[in-house]
Amino acid sequence: MPSGPLATGAEIDGFVLGERIHAGAMGRLFRVAHPDHLGPMVMKLPRFGAGESAESLLGFETESTILSALSGSHFPRLIAVGDLERVPYLVLPFIGGEGLGKIAARAPLPAEEIARLGAAIADALHVLHRQDAIHLDLKPDNVIVRPDGLATLIDFGLAHHARFPDLLAEEQRHMAGSAPYVSPEQVEGRRDDPRSDLFALGVVLYELASGELPFGIPATTAGLRDRLWRDPLPPRAHVASVPPWLQEVILRCLEVKAAARYQSAAHVAFDLRHPDRVQLTGRAGKSAAASPLAQLRRWWGARHGSAASRGRRAEENRDAAPVILVAVDTGHPDTVRDEALLRATRRRIAVAEEFRLVCLAVRGGFERPVIAAAESTPDPDGHLDHLVRLRHWVEPLKLPPERLSLHVVEALRPAGAILDFARRNHADTIILGAPTAGERALAWWRSAASAVASQAPCSVHLVRAPAAHEAPDNAFEIPAFTEEDVP
Amino acid sequence: MPIALLSDIHANLEAFEACRRHARAAGATRLALLGDFVGYGADPAAVVERVMQLQAEGALVLKGNHDDAVARPARYMNDLAAEAMEFSRAQLSTVQKEFLAALPLVAHEGAVCFAHASAASPERWDYLDGPSAAWRCAEAAGTRLTFCGHVHRQMLWFEARPGGMSPFQPVPSSPIPLRGNRRWVAVVGSVGQPRDRRPAAGYALFDPAVGALTFHRVPYDHLAAAQKIRAAGLSLQLARRVEAGI
Repeated sequence: MPSGPLATGAEIDGFVLGERIHAGAMGRLFRVAHPDHLGPMVMKLPRFGAGESAESLLGFETESTILSALSGSHFPRLIAVGDLERVPYLVLPFIGGEGLGKIAARAPLPAEEIARLGAAIADALHVLHRQDAIHLDLKPDNVIVRPDGLATLIDFGLAHHARFPDLLAEEQRHMAGSAPYVSPEQVEGRRDDPRSDLFALGVVLYELASGELPFGIPATTAGLRDRLWRDPLPPRAHVASVPPWLQEVILRCLEVKAAARYQSAAHVAFDLRHPDRVQLTGRAGKSAAASPLAQLRRWWGARHGSAASRGRRAEENRDAAPVILVAVDTGHPDTVRDEALLRATRRRIAVAEEFRLVCLAVRGGFERPVIAAAESTPDPDGHLDHLVRLRHWVEPLKLPPERLSLHVVEALRPAGAILDFARRNHADTIILGAPTAGERALAWWRSAASAVASQAPCSVHLVRAPAAHEAPDNAFEIPAFTEEDVP
Repeated sequence: MPIALLSDIHANLEAFEACRRHARAAGATRLALLGDFVGYGADPAAVVERVMQLQAEGALVLKGNHDDAVARPARYMNDLAAEAMEFSRAQLSTVQKEFLAALPLVAHEGAVCFAHASAASPERWDYLDGPSAAWRCAEAAGTRLTFCGHVHRQMLWFEARPGGMSPFQPVPSSPIPLRGNRRWVAVVGSVGQPRDRRPAAGYALFDPAVGALTFHRVPYDHLAAAQKIRAAGLSLQLARRVEAGI
């Protein structure tokens, strides 16, 4: 074990320490180089040895275990891990971009920029939650916004993963998270609810919108518990120009009870990308915190019974709040097929606790693909017609507005448009009509169904209307794949 | 040298063979058989015959309470277990009985301790049913890692704070690094009679090279095993347990 302070120029397992980037209570961060590893890297060294608490070592173990199980561009890839018994360290790629901490220092930011940043962070959280993990220490310092606009989450020292024992479960009092951002249920000792990250995201968005922290920087446990009942000042009380939709999103993330928040990071990302679809409630227009009497009631409620309510474990959460995308061929209305599609959609939403149904009408366009939000611009060439048909199709489901959004997409290749929409909005299921025998003339739709089925990022439900008469002789021939229709 | 940890086979030859095949395919080069080869199931003699052969080939073999009860009738057994024990006793040869009687209760290999029930007073066949029982076991073992059976449900106990054990319900097929300067006690589950309402056989695989433990659930022809129990004239309830994993 190297003794004394590790400094620039020292070598550990072939890694040569460069500039020290950061030194904090939990450890230090150096740039490193290694002949066998290309690209800029950093080494993270937890504080260890006599006089140091066990916390930084537990954080090190937690981070190395969880990072090794995560995949995707939203998290640092684990390059090397030092032996816990000798020199514990983590080597990670150096992630270029701007720390969200720096960006937050410029707050208040314009709503569009907050929506863009927030959606990028929500994307990262959704990918994380889908891998059965929860960050539990989301704050501006732990987010790097890369030049391509994607958010990378760093520092998984407090994270939780459903497939590994939680080494920090019993360290609650010391390691709840970062005081301004930590969720009410974390304050109460729960570490297995992914919706905790959505609360922290709400604090981050609040900070970006107002330059203030909703619960300040509490220094005591009692101060930390304030958030179990205190109604924060709405962001509009700080900055009057915060649009109602943004305040709605922020305050919904900040709900004390996890069940009252968004149930999935994908839903937050969706709302931030479609501000005109945000269902406004009383939260949107608030300009002051709840009255003293109402606050007293909240306080009383929090004292009697767990304010944060029942949690939901990561693996339970995965299927609870799906984004369901239905592609409706409004260009070729067909009562039998459309009814079959509706029945399939009804069955799918019946088993979902909290879902968002995204209905997509794809118009075969003849110019460059344009994806436009319906209703945002009056459309001279039949856009509105498609929207009306889509609305007519979905009407029998009688869905409340917050569950539903309708989109007319113009694209040369429908499959490409459906896939792109599904990817960007984290769809969990795509429902679309299978080509019928009678639709052979409409080659694009047949190949759209097969292209979507083969390339979708999620499950695809192809709905076939029951045949009204016997199938023709050639019904079982497998049609040749039309290559030009592949996006 | 990945080592497969099989316990509570309970005369279920189908489940035993399925787990051995699975472990071989998963790269296991060694077997640790943590006891309870007889009782409940229809094939005590065939299972013990195979265990003797595996021991000759280098497998680690420990004694379980049912194996112990063959020679020394146990008062704590319920009617169902006692009936199955009578059946096992009648099936086993003298050589097989002597083999079972001579098995050790606990074994140590490097940083690992193996036991059927608990490393603490193993002859009392205590269940690892809570944090204090898990800690007593870890402390008596004296090793960083302890692998046991006896409780027919898979569970991983880990030292969450010095001297305090926490339970973790493992996810099948997901490797767990058993790292750090802390005690780990793994209950590997039951091959022949799982009791978590899932009939699939349970075992675990430890890979010392990376220090990771993977719990597995292996589907096998449990209906055939149950049918054999009926055909042997054993209680229908015993067949039902194998069919439903109860």
